[in-house]
Amino acid sequence: HGHALARGIPMGSLMAEMYGKATGCSRGHGGSMHFFDKPRRFFGGYAIVGGGLPIAVGLALADKLQSRPAVTACFFGDGAVAEGEFHESLNLAALWKLPVLFLCENNLYAMGTALARHQSQTDISFKAQAYGIASDAVDGMDVLAVEAAARRAAELVRESGSPYLLEVRTYRYRAHSMSDPDLYRSKDEIEEWKKRDPIATFETRLRESGLLPDAGQTEIEAIVSDEIEHAVAFAEAGSWEPVEDLMKDVHTPIEPVRSTAFRRKFVAQ
Amino acid sequence: MKQMTYREAVRSALRDALRRDSRVFLMGEDVGRYGGAFAVSLGLLEEFGPERIRDTPLSESTFVGAGIGAALGGMRPIVEIMTVNFSLLALDQILNNAATLRHMSGGQYSVPLVVRMASGGGRQLAAQHSHSLEGWYAHIPGISVLAPATVEDARGMLLAALLEPDPVFIFEHATLYPLEGEIDETAGPVDISNAVVRTQGEDVTLITYGGSLGKTVQAAEQLAKEGIDAEVIDLRTLRPLDTATILSSVAKTHRAVVIDEAWRTGSFAAEISAQIMEGSFDDLDAPVARVCSAEVPMPYAKHLEEAALPRTETIVSTVQGMF
Repeated sequence: HGHALARGIPMGSLMAEMYGKATGCSRGHGGSMHFFDKPRRFFGGYAIVGGGLPIAVGLALADKLQSRPAVTACFFGDGAVAEGEFHESLNLAALWKLPVLFLCENNLYAMGTALARHQSQTDISFKAQAYGIASDAVDGMDVLAVEAAARRAAELVRESGSPYLLEVRTYRYRAHSMSDPDLYRSKDEIEEWKKRDPIATFETRLRESGLLPDAGQTEIEAIVSDEIEHAVAFAEAGSWEPVEDLMKDVHTPIEPVRSTAFRRKFVAQ
Repeated sequence: MKQMTYREAVRSALRDALRRDSRVFLMGEDVGRYGGAFAVSLGLLEEFGPERIRDTPLSESTFVGAGIGAALGGMRPIVEIMTVNFSLLALDQILNNAATLRHMSGGQYSVPLVVRMASGGGRQLAAQHSHSLEGWYAHIPGISVLAPATVEDARGMLLAALLEPDPVFIFEHATLYPLEGEIDETAGPVDISNAVVRTQGEDVTLITYGGSLGKTVQAAEQLAKEGIDAEVIDLRTLRPLDTATILSSVAKTHRAVVIDEAWRTGSFAAEISAQIMEGSFDDLDAPVARVCSAEVPMPYAKHLEEAALPRTETIVSTVQGMF
């Protein structure tokens, strides 16, 4: 969800999607796990872990074949590293020199399975070397370090036209989902990580450096609360997709004229 | 008109598509320097270069997924999977992504991807290269499933597939590649929305597609000698299925046999049978019959493989048993 917000998709559109409303960014067809936004070149939203990596490789291939100077940013978690598609995609992106920035958000748990319980090599950034891909790891609890590392990584992909892997070492405080009883780790561990909370530590740094006066913080918090309130209101007010449109987007509507015209053109050429 | 093989017809369609549309490219295992496992793309690397004729690693899931991504990115990729059995490694990308993205994105993204693969038995390649799983694919909403059975369709259906805005899967029965036929080599796309009656008849409808068409036409010829006038329908497109052509034939003949190289249980043949029951129950003079492969993994030994596959004699005897 953070990725969609960071990409600039309006929060109301995302909230409405989570409500399953037609005013959601995927018209309520995708839900929480499948955000899409074509105008912002946001391509999902893949709930089969690792399934988005090959698509990122293909998007970068299309950019390369059409000489578009774009970088494809591909986010996934540590769990995806165990999927064959992670390895296949890194290999193919390196082999074909495609501008993909692979960003692994390593929060130490693949749902409930700790990294050390599913990976023989727990240094994820190290794995990129096997494919000849430059990589780095960054403290994901440090906002400024992540910003600098991501900027550097994107620049490297842009300059070289080749892939790069950035491992962002972070943590998830809350359960994986609403149905997760969180039995696989200790409360102490969670509390330990909270001490390094990226938002709280960033706030402290801003305050210490005098960049965040009390009034400023209050204002930011008010803006955020206001945005959330508006998003919820937007979602609740949104309309439902009519049931008559159930089958609408299974296939793309084809104008019969188009193929006839193509056929004529084809024969004429 | 020109005499050419099914293989050459697919190649001619590929060549035309590559020449006419700079967005089209071909990728798959050994499609380039090797010339294709079935020599379909022989010579294309030399003509179009490695940017457009792309040899891939043995990574079915990722090169099919990359095809989806490239299609999202404005290209018109043609992905070749060496055999249908290998396509199972890409089934996640096919079912969870290619087939769903249009719907799941609320209609924002279409995936104009064409995937071709060889299917079917009869070549002594045993149980990991010989199956007919197109019926599984025909189960999936959001994609089209084509099975060209003639040289003309081998070319025309591929060209038609490239006009589709959504994913199209083309199953080329591997025994058809050397099949010869005379076609107009400049002909454009063919209609992919209709089944075709290949042999007209009055007494029984034989419904088939792909690699079983030849056997079924042969069976119809033998039956004619015995005074049974069989009609042969070549389905051509398994999804979306042209049920109207099937039902109107059954309304005329009152009997139907489905010939499908896939296994019988939970099969596409069962689907056709069900459609006839739903749409033509009152027209039937006999239960719908099916001639399918024996329910074994495809054996290697020639005599066993022949015994496992639908045969002309089985089709003939099944029809005889209906009268």
